[in-house]
Amino acid sequence: MLDITELTCPMTWVRTKLELEKLAPGEALEVRCPEGEALENVPRSAADAGHDVQVDGALVTIVRR
Amino acid sequence: MNERRAFLKGLVAAAVPKGSDPLTQAGSDPLTPAAAPDAWLERYSRQLVLPQWSEAAQRALEDASVLVVGAGALGSPVATYLAGAGVGRLGVVDDGDVEVSNLHRQHLHFTPDVGVPKAHSAVSKLGFLNPEIVIEPYQAAFNDAMLEGIDLVVDCTDAFATRYAINAACCAAGIPLVEGGVVGMSGLVMAIRPGETACYRCAFPQAPLEGAVPTCAQAGVLGPAAGVVGSLQALEALKLLVGLPALTDAFLQVDLATHDFLRVAVKRRDDCPDCGDA
Repeated sequence: MLDITELTCPMTWVRTKLELEKLAPGEALEVRCPEGEALENVPRSAADAGHDVQVDGALVTIVRR
Repeated sequence: MNERRAFLKGLVAAAVPKGSDPLTQAGSDPLTPAAAPDAWLERYSRQLVLPQWSEAAQRALEDASVLVVGAGALGSPVATYLAGAGVGRLGVVDDGDVEVSNLHRQHLHFTPDVGVPKAHSAVSKLGFLNPEIVIEPYQAAFNDAMLEGIDLVVDCTDAFATRYAINAACCAAGIPLVEGGVVGMSGLVMAIRPGETACYRCAFPQAPLEGAVPTCAQAGVLGPAAGVVGSLQALEALKLLVGLPALTDAFLQVDLATHDFLRVAVKRRDDCPDCGDA
């Protein structure tokens, strides 16, 4: 679980992206996002990068491509 | 020198919080990656966020030693961008002193630096830019011994003889090289992986005849034209350092008067005296 609720854009995605780089393809990362801009940007950035993304409230689950 | 130092101290007082003066605390800055990962992340965040970049790429830069030969019109943007990007060790080579006629295009040097060795003038500014890295001045002409421990060379010199000497030395040592040149409003950039891709002499087997190509002093040069070419060199250097596709087996001919960027393919020559098998 990665908690980025204290961060602002673009550090929210920077931190998430670096965590994803540590994972093997197919592994999942759960990210607790702050409400607002990040909850739009983080899932979109992850999807743009080709990962599978699911959003449940403020919890974003990203499966590394 | 006292006047210049006072000038630099004034810059520090205006721009740097007390206690983090790189002139007096070189190498002792507390913002190391281990101690303050957020500061590291913040400094490099706008490149870490790139799809083409990664933490591994950033670490590769930190582990790299790069020699920038020439601290003038091309060396200024090259050293600035490489220092800012986080290249771990940067050597800056120049045997000249700052002249007032340099200032319009060599942005690492300011008016109070006139008469100061360029290598030292450049390194003092780069220390302000990024106190996290090691930056070393070499107040000397290029020689092969400078390549010891170097991972990549960026040639920012302005004489064909030096350019061929650097190409030959990098080919002999197997060190990647980024070539560049600018005169008037045009320039050239080329990335080289010796033994794998065409070298500068493969592309240009012979230097132009003496006098056939005007020097910068004869033809003049606009500062931003040098800035474009130097920026392209810095970009290719970063690509080579982190393993991104670079401008190899080709050179880019840039004409900034007509806005033409022409990529010219080049092949390795078996009989190249610098990198050939023969």
